[in-house]
Amino acid sequence: MAQFVANGFIRFDAIVPADVNERGIEEMRRLEAERFAPDGLKPPHTGTPLAACYPEPSAIGEYLRLPEIRGIIESFVGQNPTFDHDWTHHIRPHATYVQPLHVDAITDSPDTTFDVQLFWYPHDVAPGEGGTRFVPGSHLRRVRSSGLDRYQHIAGEEQFSGPAGTIVVFHHGLWHAGQPNPGDGDRWMHKVRLNPTVAQVRLWNTDDLPELQNPPSDHIFARILPDSVAQILRTMHPWMSVTDYRNEQVQRSKLWRYLTGDETYDVDHYLTRLEGRAALVG
Amino acid sequence: MQRQQVLYLWTNGSALDSGTVGWAFHDGTDGSGPGLPNSKPPYPDGVAALRDGWMLLQSSQLVPPLPGEEHQNSYLEYEFVFERRVSS
Repeated sequence: MAQFVANGFIRFDAIVPADVNERGIEEMRRLEAERFAPDGLKPPHTGTPLAACYPEPSAIGEYLRLPEIRGIIESFVGQNPTFDHDWTHHIRPHATYVQPLHVDAITDSPDTTFDVQLFWYPHDVAPGEGGTRFVPGSHLRRVRSSGLDRYQHIAGEEQFSGPAGTIVVFHHGLWHAGQPNPGDGDRWMHKVRLNPTVAQVRLWNTDDLPELQNPPSDHIFARILPDSVAQILRTMHPWMSVTDYRNEQVQRSKLWRYLTGDETYDVDHYLTRLEGRAALVG
Repeated sequence: MQRQQVLYLWTNGSALDSGTVGWAFHDGTDGSGPGLPNSKPPYPDGVAALRDGWMLLQSSQLVPPLPGEEHQNSYLEYEFVFERRVSS
């Protein structure tokens, strides 16, 4: 979870079985063709509890109901999230369109709650075959979606590659874009956005948290615990300035406070210092 | 006729010789003019772009943070825009 907070995503390689992947591609093909047709396969209604989405027979439902996937979803958005929307991403062979970087939806609210977006890659995506482009660590910045068009290249950006059945969980704010497909085969990906309906506090397995949760005194310019959450939240991405980096530590600390319910949590004294002084003037 | 090539560099500091962290290239010659170096990033900083013949058009202003938004990041902060004019 700390890696998710620091990077804005976490991936699970080849977690969906091969037969579900194969049927998933067929269902994605149908969903793409029939979504806006008078009849045929439709996505769930926005706001539907996830448990009621994609009823059997559905490969998409089958993947979302795998115990491992349910555990992943529950860890981020609880047992009963609601369906926001889905989309079938289909890029044909040799397609050259370069989608600009963007964030989905609108400029984010300033609170720390978040949605997750599950990206399901039902077939292998080789390096260089133009898998989804994304910018690690960009998820907590407040931008307008179209404002990111300008950035053709950012140091440290990644393009997905991985084996069939890989799931990548995105924080909804992560900058990302579809890429050209230089390969000979169709490329498919299913994205589903889920909204939490409970506070996202300690929803994952936190058995090791007492051991790893650093005290607010953990400070890189004083003393640190060598193996702690703070060490992960100190991840500096190649595209960040020093100011960016320190501000990100503040934002990550606020998110970690929300996720753990620990209102004293801090990394490198940034929040604690300001809160202590603010208390002096009431 | 002169046509314009435009290069954006974003850096990790406010100085022109701060390290490049992002870039974009728009080519008014539609490929007939010189391209960028193959390295990624094409130039390690803005000064390297000057030395390769790019002319600085604009650098971003230094904007103080608004009260209450001191620790909120947004777009890449340090932007330098260059041009190169190509005769044909």
